[in-house]
Amino acid sequence: MQALTFQQLTKTYKNGVQALKGIDLAVEEGDFFALLGPNGAGKTTAIGIVTSLVNKTGGKVHVFGHDIDTQLAAAKSCIGLVPQEINFNQFETVTTILLNQAGFYGIPRQVASKRLEKYLTALQLWEKRNAVSRTLSGGMKRRLMIARALMHEPRLLILDEPTAGVDIEVRRTMWTFMRDINEAGTTIILTTHYLEEAENLCRHVAIIDKGRIIENDRMSRVLRKLQTEVFVFNLRNPIAAPPVLPGYAVSMPDDHSLEIEVSKDQSLNDIFSQLSASGVDVLSMRNKTNRLEELFMRLVNQKEGQAAHG
Amino acid sequence: MDKAVNSPTSLAPATQEPMLLKTNIVGFNTIVIREFSRIIRIWGQTIVPPAITATLYFVIFGSLIGRRIGDMGGYTYIQYIAPGLIMMSVITNSYGNVVSSFFGAKFGKHIEELLVSPLPGWLIVGGYMMGGIMRGLIVGGVVTIITLLFTHMKIYNVGVVISAVLLSSIVFSLAGMINAVFAKNFDQISFIPTFVLTPLTYLGGVFYTITLLPQWAQHISYANPILYMVNAFRYGFLGVSDVNVGLAYSIMIGAAVVLYVSCVWLLHRGVGTRE
Repeated sequence: MQALTFQQLTKTYKNGVQALKGIDLAVEEGDFFALLGPNGAGKTTAIGIVTSLVNKTGGKVHVFGHDIDTQLAAAKSCIGLVPQEINFNQFETVTTILLNQAGFYGIPRQVASKRLEKYLTALQLWEKRNAVSRTLSGGMKRRLMIARALMHEPRLLILDEPTAGVDIEVRRTMWTFMRDINEAGTTIILTTHYLEEAENLCRHVAIIDKGRIIENDRMSRVLRKLQTEVFVFNLRNPIAAPPVLPGYAVSMPDDHSLEIEVSKDQSLNDIFSQLSASGVDVLSMRNKTNRLEELFMRLVNQKEGQAAHG
Repeated sequence: MDKAVNSPTSLAPATQEPMLLKTNIVGFNTIVIREFSRIIRIWGQTIVPPAITATLYFVIFGSLIGRRIGDMGGYTYIQYIAPGLIMMSVITNSYGNVVSSFFGAKFGKHIEELLVSPLPGWLIVGGYMMGGIMRGLIVGGVVTIITLLFTHMKIYNVGVVISAVLLSSIVFSLAGMINAVFAKNFDQISFIPTFVLTPLTYLGGVFYTITLLPQWAQHISYANPILYMVNAFRYGFLGVSDVNVGLAYSIMIGAAVVLYVSCVWLLHRGVGTRE
């Protein structure tokens, strides 16, 4: 079953800005789906339409088969939203926020209390259950929003920049939590500017730019479209000049590292052989940029180039 | 982080057709409890100021100046103004509760918690309206107790007292919501209470019978909806009124229906709440 579908979804704001120009999208039940795009691409507008915070101009949206035009309440019951901006009452306690949220979805207080303990414990916020929410740290506020979105145990969880401004340690623990939720059966749609996050977590990806979807495929297939990658080789000993490797573009940012561009049909084994033959001792190796980030930039720039020439 | 314990089999509300009635009852109760908690949490802003204002009115207009004014409508001046002062506090606080609570939710963006929930607009409006009624009645009750410290009050018709105060509270709770829907900043939620509500209340027969006014001023007063509310309420206590009580009820019921439908329509259209 499809958790979410868009058919020719359009949105034009009152000021004339066309945020969505007829997008089609399908997210399968159980998927971990990345919705990516530069700022102003239309991601938050699309999420706003699904969650009824933004009125659409045209097109159709279905959530688990429920048309948001005719079965809005049923569609909303299936969705949990973690918005980009902090949007809970900063004067209420953590417990009050979660119990109220459950109440808005018709969850009785007894059931809500059990879920509250479950999610606050899982998100390491149980100790803060009686704290007034404005006293929480940034990372805690983000986790509170995730706990809040889970109180009615939605089938579709939409995470709009859930780890923005969160330190790397908390971010990684949040990734583990999101993976667990997904493995338990919840479909997740993630928007993020941390493309490493999307690459690590998501099985499918759609890239949206200027209101249109410019890429929509399995993450693995999308990454395979990357024609070349740049690898950074950290060297054990300093070198005076970059070695000559036939068939490869080599640069030397400093005397302890080399950057080598490798295309899809070339082999890393060959590079290592040539480096060994040149007497270069490699200590470690990494991608210069995140692969998805590289592809994302190329796709967006390519479209901009086409628009400029078209 | 602990291993997540979410299980698809435990997703009761999502895997079944939504039990709308149950959802609506629990949702409505949640809004009402949240509004009541807010009133109590900030009691220094919601209950104390109107109590102090009412005390000052009774001391100054009732005891000090009132003695020199003499009788009005067949009652002592303090007895005559008491129902009006209670009604004034009910109107101001019903309006003030909804306008500040709803606009605060818009400003802090936590109104989105309700907008993304499956609760229908008519129920959200009803929940906020109940909040306004609760604060109006709590403050009205406090002012009534203060009134009894200054004068004896009789009740002519308890049904009229209760229905008039409830209808007035409903009307001004809904009016407060409309103000909050359109408001874009805090200035705009104080504009209507300061420049519209307060003048209408003071000119709505709280402190005088309009028979004291010249004919033209009486005609203008009949255009003031608060005149009908104050007089219907006063009729319930004293059995005297400057207006036809039946007409007063028609106006209150009509205004309540029109305002409620307007609020639901505005919320449905997303005016001031959605893009």
